[in-house]
Amino acid sequence: MSWAQHGQSETRWGLVQHRRSGDSTEGHVFPWFGLDIGGTLVKLVYFEPKDITAEEEEEEVENLKSIRKYLTSNVAYGSTGIRDVHLELKDLTLCGRKGNLHFIRFPTHDMPAFIQMGSEKHFSSLHTTLCATGGGAYKFEQDFLTMGDLELCKLDELDCLVKGVLYIDSVGFNGHSECYYFENPTDPERCQKLPFNLENPYPLLLVNIGSGVSILAAYSKDNYKRVTGTSLGGGTFFGLCCLLTGCSTFEEALEMASHGDSTKVDKLVRDIYGGDYERFGLPGWAVASSFGNMMSKEKRESVSKEDLARATLITITNNIGSIARMCALNENINRVVFVGNFLRINTISMRLLAYALDYWSKGQLKALFLEHEGYFGAVGALLGLLDSA
Amino acid sequence: MYWPGGSLTKLAYYSTVQHKVARVRSFDHSGKDIDNEPLYEISVQEEITARLHFIKFENTYIETCLDFIKDHLVNTETKVIKATGGGAYKFKDLIEKKLGLKVDKEDVMTCLIKGCNFVLRNIPHEVFAYQKDSDTEFRFQTNHPNIFPYLLVNIGSGVSIVKVESEDKFEWIGGSSIGGGTFWGLGALLTKTKKFDELLQLASKGQHTNVDMLVKDVYGGAYQTLGLSGNLIASSFGKSTTADKEFSKEDMAKSLLHMISNDIGQLACLHAKLHNLDKIYFGGFFIRGHPVTMRTITYSINFFSKGEVQALFLRHEGYLGAIGAFLKGAEQDNPNQYSWGENYAGSSGLMSTSPDVYPMQRTRSGTFDMLEMDRLERPLVNLPLLKDPSTYIPDTVDLTDDAMARKYWLTCFEEALDGVAKRAAASQPDSVDAQERAEKFRQKYWNKLQTLRQQPFAYGTLTVRSLLDTREHCLNEFNFPDPYSKVKQKENGIALKCFQSVIESLDSLGWEERQFALVKGLLAGNVFDWGAKAVSDVLESEPQFGFEEAKSKLQGKGRSLDLDLDGPPHKCALIFADNSGIDIILGVFPFVRELLSRGTEVILACNSGPALNDVTYSESLIVTERIAAMDPVIHSALRDEKLLLVQTGSSSPCLDLSRLDQGLAVLVRERQTDLVVIEGMGRAIHTNYYAVLRCESLKLAVIKNSWLADRLGGKIFSVIFKYEVPCK
Repeated sequence: MSWAQHGQSETRWGLVQHRRSGDSTEGHVFPWFGLDIGGTLVKLVYFEPKDITAEEEEEEVENLKSIRKYLTSNVAYGSTGIRDVHLELKDLTLCGRKGNLHFIRFPTHDMPAFIQMGSEKHFSSLHTTLCATGGGAYKFEQDFLTMGDLELCKLDELDCLVKGVLYIDSVGFNGHSECYYFENPTDPERCQKLPFNLENPYPLLLVNIGSGVSILAAYSKDNYKRVTGTSLGGGTFFGLCCLLTGCSTFEEALEMASHGDSTKVDKLVRDIYGGDYERFGLPGWAVASSFGNMMSKEKRESVSKEDLARATLITITNNIGSIARMCALNENINRVVFVGNFLRINTISMRLLAYALDYWSKGQLKALFLEHEGYFGAVGALLGLLDSA
Repeated sequence: MYWPGGSLTKLAYYSTVQHKVARVRSFDHSGKDIDNEPLYEISVQEEITARLHFIKFENTYIETCLDFIKDHLVNTETKVIKATGGGAYKFKDLIEKKLGLKVDKEDVMTCLIKGCNFVLRNIPHEVFAYQKDSDTEFRFQTNHPNIFPYLLVNIGSGVSIVKVESEDKFEWIGGSSIGGGTFWGLGALLTKTKKFDELLQLASKGQHTNVDMLVKDVYGGAYQTLGLSGNLIASSFGKSTTADKEFSKEDMAKSLLHMISNDIGQLACLHAKLHNLDKIYFGGFFIRGHPVTMRTITYSINFFSKGEVQALFLRHEGYLGAIGAFLKGAEQDNPNQYSWGENYAGSSGLMSTSPDVYPMQRTRSGTFDMLEMDRLERPLVNLPLLKDPSTYIPDTVDLTDDAMARKYWLTCFEEALDGVAKRAAASQPDSVDAQERAEKFRQKYWNKLQTLRQQPFAYGTLTVRSLLDTREHCLNEFNFPDPYSKVKQKENGIALKCFQSVIESLDSLGWEERQFALVKGLLAGNVFDWGAKAVSDVLESEPQFGFEEAKSKLQGKGRSLDLDLDGPPHKCALIFADNSGIDIILGVFPFVRELLSRGTEVILACNSGPALNDVTYSESLIVTERIAAMDPVIHSALRDEKLLLVQTGSSSPCLDLSRLDQGLAVLVRERQTDLVVIEGMGRAIHTNYYAVLRCESLKLAVIKNSWLADRLGGKIFSVIFKYEVPCK
């Protein structure tokens, strides 16, 4: 199953229209898309205009209408495309138009099918620009051109990410705060999710956890840089889980992790020293060696798949926390925003990041999170489209 | 002292070693027929020196190990044994029961750092950098006089990052749970391979690109236009996000190795940056003697620091904890107040280039490895006149680097070995087991040479000096403290008889002629060198070969010497003497006498212990006394302390100006030494040929080796006369 097959069965597409499609709003032709093609996932944001006049409706070309209907009336596309309905931003005003912003994702390996679908739906006839960011914007550029007769407008990843974060935070999440943090992260009893006002965001460390991890430091709207990155990211968690547990989806891996006990897999400080290692101020519960217990044959035989999934999650999360903390210290920044799809439905990691940052910095660093976790690059790409007059 | 950790147990103990030393003592000649008596008496005595022993065992041999300790502790008053490491808990009961001693647990990290400071200070060529595309993988570093501050990253099952600021001040600044235990534990789960070494072997054969998602996998072919390296890993294990594909063990192990090494390197660099440090020493079982991990860690450090931070490794990394635990136990005796020297005879070197090449040696080093350090009688320091002690390298040719030179010299030492063994046996005609010991010596040194052929870096940078020193250490090991003692005695006696006539003929010359004759004599004397094979052949076959013949053998016409002897006299000259006999008595002493007559004070430095036919400090005392009896200039200079005899602190035929007796250094400073004369092939060619001093220096030697002569573009018995004036 793929995008294309599904799309095909869904609608009959009209032939090429000779008129300029859609309505131009301040020079921007509908449809408005933003695309972020990552190593594992493709993120697509779609702006659905809700202020279409009868006249406009009348003039709207068939192709455009069917795309709009297709995207907004479904929550799943093919076997792998999903619209995150809970993230939809309602009654947004963008470039003078009112509408809803939709958030859709599908695996990068289905990209050819997606392009195929675009081709079959004669997307190119709409004469719109498709703005894309992420490595895949380069990788699939040629495919878009040859298979879909579409020229991609490639946008810089960092620009898109920063732009997207600032924009979504500024418009808020349907009346709620986009940004939040965990209060009392070190106390499981009293730990709670609370809104955070990111009105004055700078300076800010932005940690984007996708398949790999990128860490950016933003000092102002136009002044930001990539500090470093690590290859130990969401892809590592998922990849190792597949090898260790035989699971096949990220959700499955997380579900397993939520039922496991990592202390059976990891060697803790107290396993080595019998308690805290006071000389260095290391608490007994701290992990001394990730997967350290697995050096022993008996212990390897006594752990469950869930334990292994949990340990993998804890290992990757702690490591990201640790690198982020060192970057924050080196850059002299005390607010760290974690984004990226690794955090989707992943409360374990978010709480752990909040905890780790607070604990190891003795309360100096604050971990912040955003509701639209992995979509900021795509949002930035959409904004890039609208900026290009 | 005892230090279990990982799968190896390391123990350190202190012993006193009894071995034979040669002593010389002046006869009381009153009323005797001097002419027919030897110059002085040679005796062999037992001497006790302190030695530190460090041994590594695999934990499976724990019982054997404890028996071993027990045997060595019998005679001591020890009631408490020091143990560190997580394993100290594991084996505590066993140790207490077996040895009847109380186990005192020491802090691992304190011990590790104490040990690290100790080796950094006492073992030349302790530190090396790993270099990938080179004939030799290890690049050894000159010991910097100031070792602090540094970052120590210990990769055991987890990772500890410690900043060391001084002997007693260090701080744990961070760590990571992703370490050796992760590689081992996760690796065992992924590949069903149980042993750490086997996992590394798997990793060295794998292709991580089959498992990792690379930048080029994400960007397609377009990464080049973005200035990215397509081979960078975007996501470790990013390609294994599928349930229906099989991955090879090798590929997964390799990916895991890269993941862990990169992560550690990145964190280490972030810490180094935060604390503004540019040197990181890596240790722990993850690193220990494994070129595979040294390579990946070095790569990672270079990548993340953009070359600003250097990844460094230690030859004796595996012993640090044991050394530290020992030092801590011996604090009342403070071993830090002494200088120590690595005993090449007793130490097994750094093993293996790659796990595949020498599996036998790897196994051996994993099972039983040792390091021996001899306590030196006196502290060793830099020559205060070295221009830049931190860049001073004593050795002229790095044989680890220069494969052709290495081959030549190893063969040369192999060929000379039978002769050396024969001479050693002959030097002790009264000993019943001399033949047997000589054969053992021959075997041991032969084996060392074979090890060095395979692993030139086993004891640090391989040099002619280290080859010579190893030979001396091996001779000592089998109680041949001074095989040349009788030869030296005889030659000193003969030369003394000629002293006065040489002086008379020199005094009869005009000033300029005399200067020339003095230098020529200095060089001719240097021909008498039993260490050089070409010369020992001549000396063996023509026992009456004399000073005049030697002068005639010298290559090269009398060219005018540019040594500035007609300028204002030097304040004080430091002379490093070479051989006994004609060299010191007819070559050096007339030169000393000339300097003294010009009003220049002279410090004459001779070796503390014997090496070949080099004149030792105690021999020099007797020789000087005898010359003083004949010569008023020397006599009054000795009396007025214008001529001072000192020992170098060394027992090597070569000369390391960064490890000299403290007394010598003090005197050099006090007397405002402004001229340094270094004589002989070992001291002025094999070492110090390129040494830069802050004062005038004269390096002279006769090249008594045709290969070396060839290499330097001359003939055998060519003369090296290198007079250097420091730039103003």
